[in-house]
Amino acid sequence: MSRSPASAGTPGAQGGAQLPRLLSGLPAGGAAVGLDDHLRHWGPPPWWAGRHRGRGDPSGLVAAVERSGLQGRGGARFPTGRKLRAVADAGPRSVVVANGTEGEPASAKDRFLMAVCPHLVLDGAVLAAEAVGAREVVVCVDVRSRAVLASLEVALAERASTGLDPLVASLAAAPSGYVAGEESALVHWLNRGPAIPTAVPPRPFQRGVHGCPTLVQNVETLAHLALVARFGDRWFRALGTAEEPGSTLLTVSGAVRWPGVVEVAIGTSIEDAVAAAGGPTAELAAFLVGGYFGTWLPAGPAWDIALSQASLARLGGLLGSGVLVALPTGACGLAETARVVRYLAGQSAGQCGPCVHGLAAIAGGVAELAGPGPHRQAEAAVRRWTGQVRGRGACHHPDGVANLVDSALSVFASEIERHARAGRCRAAGRPPVLPVPL
Amino acid sequence: MYLKVNPIACDGSALCAELFPERVRLDDWGYPIIEPGPVPAGLLPHARRAVAACPTLALRLEA
Repeated sequence: MSRSPASAGTPGAQGGAQLPRLLSGLPAGGAAVGLDDHLRHWGPPPWWAGRHRGRGDPSGLVAAVERSGLQGRGGARFPTGRKLRAVADAGPRSVVVANGTEGEPASAKDRFLMAVCPHLVLDGAVLAAEAVGAREVVVCVDVRSRAVLASLEVALAERASTGLDPLVASLAAAPSGYVAGEESALVHWLNRGPAIPTAVPPRPFQRGVHGCPTLVQNVETLAHLALVARFGDRWFRALGTAEEPGSTLLTVSGAVRWPGVVEVAIGTSIEDAVAAAGGPTAELAAFLVGGYFGTWLPAGPAWDIALSQASLARLGGLLGSGVLVALPTGACGLAETARVVRYLAGQSAGQCGPCVHGLAAIAGGVAELAGPGPHRQAEAAVRRWTGQVRGRGACHHPDGVANLVDSALSVFASEIERHARAGRCRAAGRPPVLPVPL
Repeated sequence: MYLKVNPIACDGSALCAELFPERVRLDDWGYPIIEPGPVPAGLLPHARRAVAACPTLALRLEA
């Protein structure tokens, strides 16, 4: 699909190769972009409403998103076009859920995006609804994210007063928690159940909110979709890799000068991503990439690694929701992992035996490894348990924990030795690097 | 046919591992780990017996 680019000077006229994309045109000081400024910067959303409705893909947007190669930015990096197609083909009574719950403690990019660019997210949600023929759009945000909820409320009121949207999105303050934002858990909650994952299939695109086919998309994904709708798939592919096109938001934290959200092209090296956050502030021991379901990478060889799902998968990792934490040499990766795994074990929905018992056992084992004394048995037991829990939950919670722990055991092998020899953790008494909610 | 367990419904009665040890073993907490891959035709009667015995209907055979 070739859509006419917006007028000169707007991001659409730049051929797509410039960064930032999503985060262009932001006012200073972190204020939200209002509707007038949003429309001036991006041009109006190319609504299809009123021209033709029907099954399939009357607007051509599903096909454009398929060609764009856009993948979900919530963590799984699933092809967005395939999800859109499945819901569009499923029938007329479908629902779009914009997932802004962002349960990943080390991630802030979705909240940042919704707080400063609410209209780009809402454009994407409504455009996606038109594309799949949905009549209902729900934007879900963690109930604790008051500033984000307020920003979206203002944005929705602005849109309502101008009659911009062909259908009106609603806002839902969703419960907090690591697995609450998993798509089947979110759908379960919207159907007035507890926010815990359900057995799949049926997946939400088959049977979701009110039993209708439901498109659950991360809010950043929807913002990218709003740009694909405006500027086309070729514009979108001007950044990123052939397999993973576009830009992506990263939350960079730890020992960097400007911790926060940056937008980079997919495939950017870890070194360049850290540079975008002001560079390191200390000698680094390792990076945590992908979030708490991600992997540790030793700092030395990691600098040149490309931040793409394909490149990280070769190392047993994932790009996930775009978390990048720089761990300084003064911190202890084992102690950090132990704290995070304790938290993740507590976040189990408590439904599946291997997750309930396995994660508790793994958390205890990693805590033992982070403590003093020789603990060969603990290491062997933890390895056996991570092997046993993989693929054995209704959702991927146990698999994510297993990934994180296995990478910690290999990257921090010398740290395990040191704890065993020295009998204490050198980071004892230091403030932790990885955030864990209370 | 594939033997599958619904991990939410399973409460670790472990009858499946007792009745069908050829394809089901238990993890360290007593929950079933099922061999991946299709159940060989000769073992299907055992698989069906295990499915029928599951007290929480968590075990099933799928095409």
